[in-house]
Amino acid sequence: MSDLVLLLVTGLGLGALYFIAASGLSLIYGLMGVLNFAHGVFMTAGAYASWLTMGALPVEWPVAVRLVVGVLVAVAVGAVVGLVVEVVLIRPLYRHHIQQVLVTVGLSLAGVAAAQGIWGADPRPVEKPGWMSGTTVVLGARLPNDRFVYVLVAVALFAGLLALLHLTRLGLVIRAGVENRTMVEALGINVHRTFTIVFALGGAAAGLAGVLYSQYAGSVSPAQGSSLLIFAFIVVVIGGTGSLAGTAVAAVVVGLVQQLANYYAASGVGDLSVVLLLALVLLLRPTSLKGATA
Amino acid sequence: MTEPIPSAAETSPAAPVLTLEDVHVRYGGSHILQDVSFDVPATGVTALLGRNGVGKTTTLRSIIGLAPRSGRILLEGNEIQDRTTARIVRGGIGYVPEDREVFGGLTVDENLRLVDPDRGVDAPVVARLFPDLVSRRGQRAGTLSGGEQQMVALARVLLRDNVLLLVDEPTKGLAPKLVTEVADVLAEVARSTPILLVEQNLPLVRRIADRVVVLDAGAVVHRGAAADLVADADLTRELLGVSMRREGAA
Repeated sequence: MSDLVLLLVTGLGLGALYFIAASGLSLIYGLMGVLNFAHGVFMTAGAYASWLTMGALPVEWPVAVRLVVGVLVAVAVGAVVGLVVEVVLIRPLYRHHIQQVLVTVGLSLAGVAAAQGIWGADPRPVEKPGWMSGTTVVLGARLPNDRFVYVLVAVALFAGLLALLHLTRLGLVIRAGVENRTMVEALGINVHRTFTIVFALGGAAAGLAGVLYSQYAGSVSPAQGSSLLIFAFIVVVIGGTGSLAGTAVAAVVVGLVQQLANYYAASGVGDLSVVLLLALVLLLRPTSLKGATA
Repeated sequence: MTEPIPSAAETSPAAPVLTLEDVHVRYGGSHILQDVSFDVPATGVTALLGRNGVGKTTTLRSIIGLAPRSGRILLEGNEIQDRTTARIVRGGIGYVPEDREVFGGLTVDENLRLVDPDRGVDAPVVARLFPDLVSRRGQRAGTLSGGEQQMVALARVLLRDNVLLLVDEPTKGLAPKLVTEVADVLAEVARSTPILLVEQNLPLVRRIADRVVVLDAGAVVHRGAAADLVADADLTRELLGVSMRREGAA
């Protein structure tokens, strides 16, 4: 019983990370039709920004405080990187989908190479607050505390994005744009401004995901964002592009399947199980779990 | 053969609200619109007619900037062909597309608040012209009937102050009773805002249109008074391939 509880909570924590990474990706593709392979670079940028910030702050400050500041910086860096990429690289290429893919793939490769050139290829350890390194016993299972943090952050992000989508004018335009962005423009709404904002939002969420994933892994490394991006893409495809609720459900399912398969089958089978799950969903329901509604 | 095409000035004595000059649209290797030129007067309804696939919808989309075009397009004398779609619309052209294209996942009120964030379905024009929508404000637009969706599509553009409306086949697929309702709304709107109307329903054209522009194979082949065209069975059959006697009532 304790093993199952442990697996469920750690799977939920992993799913939370996937959701944070995939939420921005889903909105960007749903609204703009941009398959953003550079999303991993946004995550890596956030992770390194947080690591550098934590290292630059006075060591007398508690690690938790430095991490919070690091998260804020990572979110800001992610947003700025997203905004710049949209304005400089993506905007000139709307309607040119192949070129968009090539540009974002190129940026993802260049980002990893740049990080390797500046900080080296080896993982750099990150500091973790004491409480997050500890465990809490629930139903006989010793549960890692950091998983609760990931879940809480993901729930807060989910609620925040839902509020944005359903309670604000920007959210209304995004939801309409996910359905039919040409018609949004035909109603006199500058949809390109919305594109930029959504890209910045996606970058901010990616920056947050980068920090939390580095906390999960215990280190930052140049290719970290790329490895998380693969699972984020799988989550987006299973959940339905542009569907926040679908993304959340898919992230939890993927996280749980991965953890359970790794434990009950063999270590490493989790990744294979996720790919099989993706294939199964695409075969049985090609329009994904939720369709394409935000 | 049809009569020679009169110049725009001959058929549109008042200053036009919209002018198309030598407009071409090409998609890949296809030349969809070829040297299209006509005026839309500042009053009444101008019907854009023609057989299926001659470029009527493309003409509207080129005006609104949704089709790649060359040539000059002037709105109240100002060139708009280099503007973005959003800017053209904010400049005063309302567009009701073929097949309505309401946002099915949004409520009726949300569809309208995209254009008028403060009032949405509470705007006076909605209560005046589309009272049924008020009671359906919270219903998802995708669950409405075709006629109700058409009302949403029309209401959406009427929330903005327009100098011209482009309306593409508003009665397509609607029951006769709804066709009449849509015609009533368009006639009412046309009293204050000129309309460029794409429509296959000739009785409706006869009822509400003042002028017609007929396209064939992407080019203008006839301009004139709507009453003259629909009264001439031979000309109607030649230009449009239909007979008025076989058309239903609007």
